[in-house]
Amino acid sequence: MQYETATTVEEAVALLTKGGADAFPLAGGTDLLAQMRVGRIKPARVIDLKKIPELREIVEAEGEYQIGAAVSGAELGEHAGLRARWPGVVEAMELIGSTQIQGRASLGGNLCNASPAADSVPALIAAGAVCSLVGPEGRREVAVEEIITGPGRTCLARDEIVAHLRLPRPKPGSGDAYLRLIPRSEMDIAVVGAGVALTLDPDGTCTACRVALGAVAPTPLAVPEAAAALVGRRLDEAALAELEAAARAAARPIDDMRGTIVYRVRVVGVLAKRAAIIAAQRAGQ
Amino acid sequence: MKRHITATIDGEAREFLCDEDQTLLDALRDVLLKTGTKEGCGTGDCGACSVTVDGRLVCACLVLAAEVEGARVETVEGIAQEGVLHPLQRRFLEQAALQCGVCTPGFLVAAKSLLEKNPDPSEKEVRFWLAGNLCRCTGYDKIIRSVLDAAADLRGESG
Repeated sequence: MQYETATTVEEAVALLTKGGADAFPLAGGTDLLAQMRVGRIKPARVIDLKKIPELREIVEAEGEYQIGAAVSGAELGEHAGLRARWPGVVEAMELIGSTQIQGRASLGGNLCNASPAADSVPALIAAGAVCSLVGPEGRREVAVEEIITGPGRTCLARDEIVAHLRLPRPKPGSGDAYLRLIPRSEMDIAVVGAGVALTLDPDGTCTACRVALGAVAPTPLAVPEAAAALVGRRLDEAALAELEAAARAAARPIDDMRGTIVYRVRVVGVLAKRAAIIAAQRAGQ
Repeated sequence: MKRHITATIDGEAREFLCDEDQTLLDALRDVLLKTGTKEGCGTGDCGACSVTVDGRLVCACLVLAAEVEGARVETVEGIAQEGVLHPLQRRFLEQAALQCGVCTPGFLVAAKSLLEKNPDPSEKEVRFWLAGNLCRCTGYDKIIRSVLDAAADLRGESG
C-alpha cells in the first residue's frame, strides 16, 4: 500500500482518479483503518485529506457555517459558536465513539461511511446541511439526505470527495436536537436515532421544521410528513402525537441483534417527539 | 518500500523507517521498541493503545505511522519524568488500580490528557472521558478513584 498526501482538493481528486478502484480517501481513519485491519478492504493507495486547509477549517460567514469534511468531533465540540447555533449537530457528532475516536473521526467520514445508524447524519439532514463535493469535473452541491443511497453506499463517484458541509444561517427562534437510543450510556451503535430542527415564531407557532430518523431504514431518512405535523401549529400534545405517528409510519427497520422491528418503530416515535421538545426549548432561548 | 519518518516521540526527536500501511501502534512497538503502548483490540474499541498526537488523544491502532511525520507523539513511556512517577502512576500503584496491566498504559495516557484539559473533573466526567478504555480486571472503581485522587494531588489538595 502507498500512503499519499494532498494539499488541495484538486490534487486529492487527481490522486483518486489515478488510483482507481483501489484508492481510498483518508480523513480520521476510524472506519477506514478498522476495515483494513479486519481485511474488509485492501487499498493499494490511501490519500490523506487532512493536509487540505479547506477540509480542516470551520468558517462562519453571516451566520452560515462551513465545516471542513475532515474536522474532528473534538474540534467541532470545542467550537463555541457552532455549539450555540447548531447544538443538535454537535451533540450528534459527539455521541460517536470514545474520546479517542472523537480525536480523529470526522463529519465527512461519518457521512461517507454511509451507515444507516450514523449518528451525525440525521442531525445534519434536520439542519438542512448541504455538501460541497469535488470531482474531476469540478464542484457540485448535494443535500446531505441525497448522499447515502444504501448501507455503505453513497452517490459519490470513486474519485469524488466531500470538501465541506454547509449549515444554513438559522432564522431567529430556531433550535435543533438529536437523540439516540443505545442500551448503555456510551460506546455503542444507535438502535434508533432522531434529529429535529425547527423554528418557532414569538407566540410559539412552528413556522419551519425538518425531521430525520436513523437506524430505521437502509439509509438515514428525511421525514417531511413528520415535520408537516408541526408546521403552522403550536407544539401541543395533539401536534406532537401526530409527529410521533408520522415518524413511526415512515420507519421501515430490520430485526437484528440491536433491536426488533416492533421495538424500533415504537421507540423512533418517542425519540422524534422528545427531540422536537428539546429543539423547541432551545428555539425559545 | 519503507517510508522515512521524523517525529518527536516522548519529547525526543526520532527518525525511523516504517511500512506505508503500518499503524502508529505497530511502529511504536516493533520499530521504536516502545512496547509500553499495548494492543488490545486493534480496531479502536478498547483504548489500550491510547497515545496523544499533537496533544490530541487517539488510538494508535487507528493512525498510520506515516501520518505522524513532523508530529509530537506522547506515549505512556513519557509520563514519568527522570525516574519519578507521575501522580497518576503513583495512585494506580498505591490503590491497586490494575491487575493484569494491559489496559493500564492506555488509562494513564487518557487520564493524563483529561487532567490537562480539566484539572478538577467530577466522577461522572472521568467515567465518560474514560468510556473508551476497557478494563476486564478491576471493575473500574479503583481506576476512577485513582484518577480523582491524582487530580487532587496535582491541584495540591491532598493531605
